[in-house]
Amino acid sequence: MATVPLLTATPSGDVLELRPTGSWTAANVATLERLSSDIAPQLDQAATVRVDMAGVRELDTIGAWLLEKLSRRATSAGHRADIVGITENYAGLIDELRQVNRRAPAPSRAGNPVIAKLGDIGRATIGASEDITAFLQMLGALCFAILGVLRRPRSLRVTSLTYQLYRVGWQAIPIVTLITFLIGAIIAQQGIFHFRKFGADSYVVDMVGILVLRELGVLIVAIMVAGRSGSAYTAELGSMKMREEIDALSTMGLDPIEVLMLPRILALICALPILSFIGSMAALYGGGLVAWFYGGMGPAIFLARLHEAVSVTHFEVGIIKAPFMALVIGIVACSEGLRVKGSAESLGKQTTTSVVKSIFLVIVLDGLFAVFFASIGM
Amino acid sequence: MQEAAEPFAIRVRDLVVGFRRHVVIDHLALDVRRGEILGLVGASGGGKSVLMRTIIGLIPRQGGEIEVMGSPINHDRATRSAAGRWGILFQQGALFSSLTVRQNIQFPLRENLDLSESLMDEIATAKLEMVGLTAEDGDKFPAELSGGMTKRVALARALALDPAIVFLDEPTSGLDPIAAGDFDALIKTLQKTLGLTVFMVTHDLASLNTVCDRVAALADGKIVAIGPMQELLRSEHPWVRAYFHGKRSQMLQPKAS
Repeated sequence: MATVPLLTATPSGDVLELRPTGSWTAANVATLERLSSDIAPQLDQAATVRVDMAGVRELDTIGAWLLEKLSRRATSAGHRADIVGITENYAGLIDELRQVNRRAPAPSRAGNPVIAKLGDIGRATIGASEDITAFLQMLGALCFAILGVLRRPRSLRVTSLTYQLYRVGWQAIPIVTLITFLIGAIIAQQGIFHFRKFGADSYVVDMVGILVLRELGVLIVAIMVAGRSGSAYTAELGSMKMREEIDALSTMGLDPIEVLMLPRILALICALPILSFIGSMAALYGGGLVAWFYGGMGPAIFLARLHEAVSVTHFEVGIIKAPFMALVIGIVACSEGLRVKGSAESLGKQTTTSVVKSIFLVIVLDGLFAVFFASIGM
Repeated sequence: MQEAAEPFAIRVRDLVVGFRRHVVIDHLALDVRRGEILGLVGASGGGKSVLMRTIIGLIPRQGGEIEVMGSPINHDRATRSAAGRWGILFQQGALFSSLTVRQNIQFPLRENLDLSESLMDEIATAKLEMVGLTAEDGDKFPAELSGGMTKRVALARALALDPAIVFLDEPTSGLDPIAAGDFDALIKTLQKTLGLTVFMVTHDLASLNTVCDRVAALADGKIVAIGPMQELLRSEHPWVRAYFHGKRSQMLQPKAS
C-alpha cells in the first residue's frame, strides 16, 4: 500500500518542475525531510516552480506541509509557485495548510544572564520568607481551630482522629520497630568494636542508652514519620485540592483546617511520642542483644549497667521533643498539600518539598532543643 | 488504490464484554463506514465508553471479533501500541499536565517518527492552527487552558499522527453551546479535510443532529437502532423513543410529526 516517496526536479527553461511521487506520509518522514531539503537550493534559481501532484499516492499533513514549505520558499524569494494536479480528496488538506504557520512567532526576548541569576536569587529569598509566613499562618490557623474545639468539644472529628491515629500510629509500629532495632544493634556493635581497643567495652551500655533515649530514638522515628506519614498527608490534601474537594468543604461552611488538618496533626502529635517510646525500647533491645552475642555481656549485666547509666531525665529529654517534631511535620505536610496546583507534576513536587522540609526542620529543632537542654542543665 | 480495499473502517461482530458476571456488551454487531461520522448514544453507564475502549483494545473482551481498518484487534500490547492507526480524544482531555501544549502535540510525533526539531515545531503549530488555536497557545500548560481549549488541544494531539480514525469520547460535554457548536463545526471540517472516520460517543443532541452522518443507539448491550438521525427519530424501540422524544429533545422533532 505504502510506496517509497520520490521527488524529481526537472528544469525546463525558466520553469522548475517538481514531481513528488509515492506516499508522502508520516511513516516516511525521514526520507521526505531529506528529499525536500535536498531540492531546496534549486528552488532559488528557477523563476517559476510548478509542483505536479499527480504522482502522489498518499498524502497527510506532514507531507502536504513539506510541499507547501517548498512552494513558500519559492514565493518568498520572489518567484512564482503553482501547485497543479491535486486530486480532489487532498485539495482540502492542501488549502488548509496554505493558511497555517503564516504568522511569525513572537521572538522570545533573551534576558541578561547575570540579571536572570540575580532575579532567581531574589525570587528564592522571597520564596523562603513566604515559606516562613505560610508556616506561621498554618500554625495560627491550627491554634485557632484548637481554640474552637476547646470551646465546642463536640466539633472535634473523633472518627477521623481515630482513623488517622490508626494509620500513622498503629500501622507504623512494625517498620519503626524494625528500623530502630537495627540502629540500636549497629550502634552497639560499632561501640563494642572500637571501645574494646581501650578496654572500655562496658561503656557501650552508657553510649547506647544515652544516645538512643536522648537523641536517636526520637530523631530516627521523626524522620521516618516525616517520610511515611508527612508525604501521605501532602499527597492526600494536594489531590483533594486538585479535585476542588477543599473548596467544596469551605462552601459548605466548614473549615478545612478543622475538618482535615486538625485531626491529622493531632493524630501525629499523639502517635509520635508513642512511636518514639516503642522505637527507643526496640533500639535498646537490639543493643542488648548485640552486647550479649557479640560483646559477651549477659542481659543481667547489661540491665544493671543501663540502670546506672541512664536516668529518667534522659528519657524525658528525648520524649519531650516528640510532640513538637510531630507538630512541625504535620504543619509542613498540610501547608505543602494546600500549595498543590493543577498538575500531577506539582503534586509530586510539593510532596518532595514537604518531606525534605520537614526532615530539615526536625533536625534543626533537635539542635535547638539540644542547646536549650544544655543551658538548663538537663 | 487502497480506497477499494475495505468499505468499513471498524467491524464489530458478536462482541461480548463484561466484568465478572455483569455483562455490559451482549453480542453486539456494529459497522462503521470509511469516512463517516458515527455518533453513538446510550444511557449513562450503559456501556458506550466500554464499547469504545474495547474497540481500541484497552478492555479485554469475552467473545466476538473486532476489525479496525481490516486488521484484528486484541487486548494486548501490540494493539495498544499501534500508534498512528487511531487518535483518541478522552473525555477530560487527558493532556500530560507536565508538558506544554506544544510538547503534548509533539509527543506522539517524537516517540514514533524520526524528524527534525524544526519540522516538529512547524507541524505542531500547523495542528494548533488547524484546531483553531494560535502558535502562542503552544507554550501554555494544560492547567492554564479553558475547557474548550483543552478539548481542542486534545483533538490536535489525537490528530498528530494523521490517523485514519478518531475516537471522540463526549467531545462537547462541559462546553457552552457556542463553544460546542464551534467544536462540532471543527470536527466536520477536519473530517472533510483529512478524510477521517470519526467514532463519536456523545449525549449532545445538537451535535448528533448537525455533524453525524449516522447515529447508533446502544441499549441493553446491543445496538438497537442505527441510521441517519431522521431514521432514528422514527424508530419504534422504546428506549430510542424515550431518548429522542423526551422533553429535552422536543426541539429536534420535525414539525410535521
